[in-house]
Amino acid sequence: MSRLLVCAPDYFRIDYEINPWMRLSNAVVPERARAQWHGLMRLLEAKIGALLERMEPVPGLPDMVFTANAGVAVGRRAVPSRFRHPERQREESYFEAWFRDHGYEVTTLDKDLYFEGAGDLLGLPDAWFGGYRQRSDIRAYGRLSEIFGREIIPVELVNSHFYHLDTCFCPLSGGELLYYPPAFDRYAQAAIAERIGEARRLVVPESEALRFACNAVCVAKQVVLPEGCPETIKRLEARGYTTHPLPLDEFMKAGGSAKCLTLALE
Amino acid sequence: MAQTQETVVLHGHIIDSLILAKVLDTILMMGGTFDLTDVKIGATREEPSHARIVVRAASGRLLAEILEAIQPHGASVERESDCPLEPAPADGLFPENFYATTHLPTQVRLQGRWIEVEAMEMDVGIRVDRGGTAARTVPMGDVKRGDLIVTGREGIRVLPLQRPKERDVFSFMEAQVSSERPHGHIIADIARRMRALRDDREAGREGSKVLLAGGPAIIHAGGREALAWLIESGFIHVLFCGNALAAHDMEAHLFGTSLGFRLSAGRAVPHGHEHHLRTINRIRAIGSIEKAVRTGVITEGIMAACVRRGVRVVLAGSIRDDGPLPDVITDSMAAQAAMRAALPGVSLALLVASTLHAVATGNLLPATVPTVCVDVNPAVPTKLADRGSFQAVGLVMDAASFLRELARELGWKA
Repeated sequence: MSRLLVCAPDYFRIDYEINPWMRLSNAVVPERARAQWHGLMRLLEAKIGALLERMEPVPGLPDMVFTANAGVAVGRRAVPSRFRHPERQREESYFEAWFRDHGYEVTTLDKDLYFEGAGDLLGLPDAWFGGYRQRSDIRAYGRLSEIFGREIIPVELVNSHFYHLDTCFCPLSGGELLYYPPAFDRYAQAAIAERIGEARRLVVPESEALRFACNAVCVAKQVVLPEGCPETIKRLEARGYTTHPLPLDEFMKAGGSAKCLTLALE
Repeated sequence: MAQTQETVVLHGHIIDSLILAKVLDTILMMGGTFDLTDVKIGATREEPSHARIVVRAASGRLLAEILEAIQPHGASVERESDCPLEPAPADGLFPENFYATTHLPTQVRLQGRWIEVEAMEMDVGIRVDRGGTAARTVPMGDVKRGDLIVTGREGIRVLPLQRPKERDVFSFMEAQVSSERPHGHIIADIARRMRALRDDREAGREGSKVLLAGGPAIIHAGGREALAWLIESGFIHVLFCGNALAAHDMEAHLFGTSLGFRLSAGRAVPHGHEHHLRTINRIRAIGSIEKAVRTGVITEGIMAACVRRGVRVVLAGSIRDDGPLPDVITDSMAAQAAMRAALPGVSLALLVASTLHAVATGNLLPATVPTVCVDVNPAVPTKLADRGSFQAVGLVMDAASFLRELARELGWKA
């Protein structure tokens, strides 16, 4: 059974602009956001069979809804995030407290070692990949590799619209990778291609990448993704995945979608 | 000559991710160079790798730009420390763990700043002044009790030589010694440098001296006139030799022989073996070579040219010397010190037909001075080349042929 950490969008709004998607003028419609979030939760619980761990939202921290950035948790060990932007740094202590309260052995990174959790660190069976340059600092991966005893291949993100690894890179349960290559520099593209054979790489077209087709949640053979990504759906279904497109456009106003709204607790 | 440099370290999964390749490519694309001084590849996929990279650039500004560009990829500047200093325990004695120099440009870190070591020379130590603001090489014998001496290996940078700007025989940056190579173009390149240095010298520019260290074979083989002409014409400014070269040069003037052989006929003359002794005795009676020239006893030849042109001559003695001439320094450490004192400003060294003087001079010269070693015995240029200088050219040829051809290139009509 897959466990996911989530946080209700009670205080979700656009209070600042820290990525190209955010516009203070493009206000969130709270009822729509709540409806979309609950739609996602119902689907995850009822159809996907995920177990949801809900954490308390905090007033004044609008982006806590994006629990993918809480940190990274593997087994009983968790490393909470160190956000680059001061606007999100205030979330750190709440995420850290949640991990501690739930019995995790918590290791914290140095204050200036930016690392934005499962937003930037994603694992395939062969290796973990760590996005850097936009938000996380490449140096964090040396430390995380020691903590978890895993190989972490740093990959440079070169397009600010894809500011976290999970906006352009989605490992699937069958070992395939759904991704958008132009979000990476050529060294990272080569490093990814070296580890994941062509047959296992599912490339998302630009128009759907910009709808965050890669910001998908994959549990067993089920994939939840934002609606409006027919090509991606075709590719996933050709590999035997069942797709669940959902309206999540309220969260796109902040530069997030299905995956950003969950944190996998392995 | 010296570039600026900084050492950076990269740590993590830097191989398969191509991060190391990216950092090295970035350095080169931006116009810098690098040395990978240490690479440890993780033994398993999980184990991280480690690389230590010395980044070099032509200016401090470019270096800063390169460091800024590679820093986001994890290349962080290695923490540096000052070089440790220890007082010399006694006169003529280095501290046990003293740093032994190379002949390459060297910097030491003192109070957080990199300071260029002055008077670079191999196989000596480095002394730092009391204020910790200047550093200079010091031979073992010259050290005084309590002098602050650089020890260990921390806080010391040895900088590689830059490829010279001039595109000539020295710019190949490899010590070549061969008896099979044609000599003509090499001698022409040397002549071109000497002409440029003489122009610089006449224009009053610093660092434009040419040094010649030579042996008596120059006289025996018939190179005397050519060398005297080179000196008279202002192409040579410092002369290192022994008792014999000076003695046979003046013997040639006084008796027309070199070690008793008639120079014009090439035959031994009766009692000729005494000629060099009689020459030495005559000069000893006068008191000095300079006086012998000034009083008109010696009027032509190498020594006469040196006196007339104000060439600095260091005569270093040896165990088998006859006499010796009054100018010969018989304490070999004092001779070494006199040679060392004559080196500032030397920009080209010609080491001709003398194993001992060539090696002694080679040991005193910094690697930045282009050096030509000429000897009929290939072992001598090879020995010099083995010092690891990139600007040493070895010519396996007769001393007289070399000097005559060089002089002709420079306008000698004979």
